[in-house]
Amino acid sequence: MARRAPLEFYDEPLPGVDCSELQGKLIAIEGPDSVGRSTQVAQLRFWLEQQGHAVIDTGMARSELTKKGIQQAKQGHTLGPTTMTLFYTTDFADRLENEVIPALRAGFVVLTDRYIFSIMARAIARGQDRKWIEQVAGIALVPHRIYYLRAEIDDLIARVVVGRGAFEYWESGMDIPIGRDRYDSFVRYQGRVIKALDEMAEPYNFTRIDASKPPDQIFRQLQKSIGRIIGVKNTTDAGEVLTF
Amino acid sequence: MAQFSPNRYKGKLIVVEGIDGSGKSTQLALLSQWLRSKDVAVAFSEWNSSELVRGTTRRAKKKQMFTPTTFSLIHATDFADRMERYLLPMLKAGAIVCADRYAYTAFARDVARGVSRRWVRNLYRFAMKPSLAFYFRVPLDVALNRILGGRAALKYYEAGMDLGLSSDIEESFRLFQSRILDEYEAMAKEVGFHIIDATQSIEAQQRQMRKIVLQQMGNSLKNGVLHVPQRGEYGPKSTARVL
Repeated sequence: MARRAPLEFYDEPLPGVDCSELQGKLIAIEGPDSVGRSTQVAQLRFWLEQQGHAVIDTGMARSELTKKGIQQAKQGHTLGPTTMTLFYTTDFADRLENEVIPALRAGFVVLTDRYIFSIMARAIARGQDRKWIEQVAGIALVPHRIYYLRAEIDDLIARVVVGRGAFEYWESGMDIPIGRDRYDSFVRYQGRVIKALDEMAEPYNFTRIDASKPPDQIFRQLQKSIGRIIGVKNTTDAGEVLTF
Repeated sequence: MAQFSPNRYKGKLIVVEGIDGSGKSTQLALLSQWLRSKDVAVAFSEWNSSELVRGTTRRAKKKQMFTPTTFSLIHATDFADRMERYLLPMLKAGAIVCADRYAYTAFARDVARGVSRRWVRNLYRFAMKPSLAFYFRVPLDVALNRILGGRAALKYYEAGMDLGLSSDIEESFRLFQSRILDEYEAMAKEVGFHIIDATQSIEAQQRQMRKIVLQQMGNSLKNGVLHVPQRGEYGPKSTARVL
């Protein structure tokens, strides 16, 4: 994967998009299931809006086009691996074209809870061809920064047990014959997902963040780094100017 | 260049392609009936017919939500579902699978919509390589007369109205079909279509099709593929489920 500048397409320009029109900033938060991405995105959004930036956040399976269809398909436990990969890619493309790109044109900060890398990692964890999915996902825009919340498998297990209290069917890779029960399956499947993400870290220029640290520490680290990207000079200063 | 997955199974895959009004569905129906009459186990699958994706596609068409890219991706999703759930198991079982339209339809239609040739060919790389692919070649005017004469209303995406080629739906359909035809013609060599002159009589086309099937897979038809058990032995003669 050749290194490209932010807000260019990785591999395949979408018809009708002129990248030079894109003004905003695109920030992706990646990482496996239950690693704490959504909490960080919500906090970042609040903080950025406090600073006067217009923000949209987006995330997997939230598109108007496929939201319902994906939900139904998941309930039925009937998604084959290729079908799943492509359904999620359709969802991604719909949000990219109808939410992300218009927001970037208008100068928004776009926070995306997962990007193409989760789709790719899940596909690879299910034994699909890496080059195939890389090229399919090549319609994505290069983000300004990709933060990879990196966790060890034991850490994820603790989060799932304490947080959700159950190993979810798809997060445990129950659709592929991989383990005797949900726990075994979760460990193997998430292990594969983490490995796939680890392998993308270098070629796609991820910024690794240790997800085992306390959430507020992670937040400060993200704040500092994102502040530099979008030109917030000092996170406390900017808020002070207009206090009442 | 299209690269598909090799078919390592007993079953055979026969696909028909061509623009709307080329008569391919009629020909495929006649062919499968003939194969069934020889006690071969025949399965059938049609483009854009996955139950899993149907609701999404229908809603998005109604609300005109598709871009060329999402249109392409949802059809690939539909195709993947049929491939994983139906075509692959049937081919493994040894059936002759007859497909009314295949990945080539996407190569022609999506590219006519402005999607890149290279990207859409990669998108379908998981598709199984057909044993036989028939292309029904027909001049645009002939196909248009068949379609526009026989049916009441053209649909929005079918007519390529999303491309804004013309505000007149019939004119848009003409222009869109002509682009699709160009794409089919351009790929004919690349993908090794068996070309059928679709201006011939229905009977002549069918004879030619059957001849090619016998030439190309005559031996498999006798021994290789799955046959329907003798009547009475396992209940009534039946064909595989229609998707």
